[in-house]
Amino acid sequence: MKFGKLLLPLYGVLALIYLMVPIAYTIMFSFNDSKRTNIIWNGFTFNNWLNVCDAQGVCQAFANSIIIATVSTIVATVLGTAIAIALVRYKFKGRAATTLLLFMPMATPEVVLGAGLAAQFLNAGMPKGMLTVILAHIMFCISFVVVTVRARVAGLDPKLEEAGRDLYANPSQVWWKVTFPLLLPGIVAGALLAFALSFDDFIITNFNRGPVDTLPSFIYTAASRGIPAEANVLASAVFLLAIAGVVTAQVGGAIRRKKLGITP
Amino acid sequence: MAQKDASVFAAGGSDLELVGISKVFPGFTAVDNISLKIPAGSFFALLGPSGCGKTTTLRLISGLEEPTAGKILIGGKDITNTKPHQRTVNTVFQSYALFPHMTILENVAFGLKQRKMKNAIELAHEALALVELDHMASRKPSQLSGGQQQRVALARAVVNRPALLLLDEPLGALDLKLRRQMQIELKAIQSEVGLTFLHVTHDQEEAMTMADTVAVMNKGKIEQMGAPAELYELPKTRFVATFLGQSNLFDGKVTGATASTISVAVGSRTLELPAKRSAITSGDITVGVRPEKIAITRAKPAASKSRSLIGPGTVTDASFSGVSTQYLVDVPGLSTMTVFEQNDGDIVKAGTEVWLSWDSEFSFGIPLEAQGFHDSDTSTTTLAAQAK
Repeated sequence: MKFGKLLLPLYGVLALIYLMVPIAYTIMFSFNDSKRTNIIWNGFTFNNWLNVCDAQGVCQAFANSIIIATVSTIVATVLGTAIAIALVRYKFKGRAATTLLLFMPMATPEVVLGAGLAAQFLNAGMPKGMLTVILAHIMFCISFVVVTVRARVAGLDPKLEEAGRDLYANPSQVWWKVTFPLLLPGIVAGALLAFALSFDDFIITNFNRGPVDTLPSFIYTAASRGIPAEANVLASAVFLLAIAGVVTAQVGGAIRRKKLGITP
Repeated sequence: MAQKDASVFAAGGSDLELVGISKVFPGFTAVDNISLKIPAGSFFALLGPSGCGKTTTLRLISGLEEPTAGKILIGGKDITNTKPHQRTVNTVFQSYALFPHMTILENVAFGLKQRKMKNAIELAHEALALVELDHMASRKPSQLSGGQQQRVALARAVVNRPALLLLDEPLGALDLKLRRQMQIELKAIQSEVGLTFLHVTHDQEEAMTMADTVAVMNKGKIEQMGAPAELYELPKTRFVATFLGQSNLFDGKVTGATASTISVAVGSRTLELPAKRSAITSGDITVGVRPEKIAITRAKPAASKSRSLIGPGTVTDASFSGVSTQYLVDVPGLSTMTVFEQNDGDIVKAGTEVWLSWDSEFSFGIPLEAQGFHDSDTSTTTLAAQAK
């Protein structure tokens, strides 16, 4: 009886540990006073965090990843939002086909997508580099933005925009004062998803990156001869930033709800 | 944005004139050559079943739809080709369409801010006070009840002092009690602010209690237009007779007509009605009488020149509703008749043989038409589906 009651909490704790071990390992080894490889624990140090750019190429790769993810996210979010609105609001020839095509990049295996793109860039005579990686990322990110934003557009009552037009707002004012603020949660969600996907994409990137290193490709290459502790530092920093972002959003939302007097 | 002519925002409404307005969607005509004039400061109701084109008419006036043909004039000025945001017209939407991301105050001030009014916030507070919701100004629409949201939607439109205020079934989503209360409030606000109101509804009671003038619409056309009592007492078409209240209708043929009276053969009976109360004076005709005009008696009343008499019939149903009792009386050779009787005497039980009589002055004559509107009536959704 008592054992039965303990079973579920025990399972929960074990599952959590299972999920957390790799993350905890990564964070812990970012403080490892590593010599040549960062596999054996050699003692605690802050040096990796303080001199994070000392390891060759790691900071350049990180910067590349940030640039690629930012540009891809902005372009994919703008295009994806426009496509999502068109798909929900307008009836046009080929709407069903467009919807199907948008799902293709999500359904196609990344290896196929990456190889196919690499062949296309070769045919087009485009040298592999930052630009080809960004183009590839925009392509698969658009689909995810469209899917996320489309749900939000479908839930938006067109009467609200009509009310805006009725209350003396011209089309661009209706967009900025009514439509955009109401779609914003969907657009932000789509953008975050696009950023995350672009930031840690490895397969498609690796086919199209040429000499450019991104953080995932850097770590992959480094893994064969020992990943520097600085890579752990960057990975941990990204993780902590993401957690901080989520916590801020949750706490902010709770405070706002409390101010408005809504009990969740 | 395009600056509006400030003078049209002066207190009080403006005339609205529709000249031969039509709206054709692929596959069906929603509005069919309507012409009407609504004088400034009046409360006008467009009444009709769903799919009759009343909401489309409203959207044409607000500019959310473009007419296929015809002209729209407000205060004598042709506005047919202007955009919704350029029109001095505001709408209270059926679903209220309050902006969920703004507070109540921001919602009400929206139109004023678009027009760059300096005292937008002050005026918005005044409008909220008018609907007794100023204490809710900082809340979001989702925190308000349906009736409160309805009042905010009204305030958001009224605050702009539009030349014309359009109300698209604004009380449709409220429960009966709240609806009756809001009807009175709306009417009070209309006389207080003196704006021209155009109210669209399918609720005939709502149209009759609120409006100065009612236009009954059916299949994109206006069947009849006039004061509520006039429409009720003297309907001109079968549709008006059955949609606006209930009517007992008898199809027959005119057998004789003098300057004052028309005789109509209904089966083996002859009914007489005043010539001035008949839309036609020869050929096929439908004679009608409202249920509350009929007296129900157990004994056969003495024959009288001025009274129409039908019977004997059998009461098939008597439903008591407090103030009155509704009887259904089956008369051989005629359809089942409906009679409303005040509960000031005894109540006749079902199965009793009765005679029905009424003052012939209450009869009305309308053109004979194919039976009922119900079979040909289509709902908005069906029509919309056909349009696609």
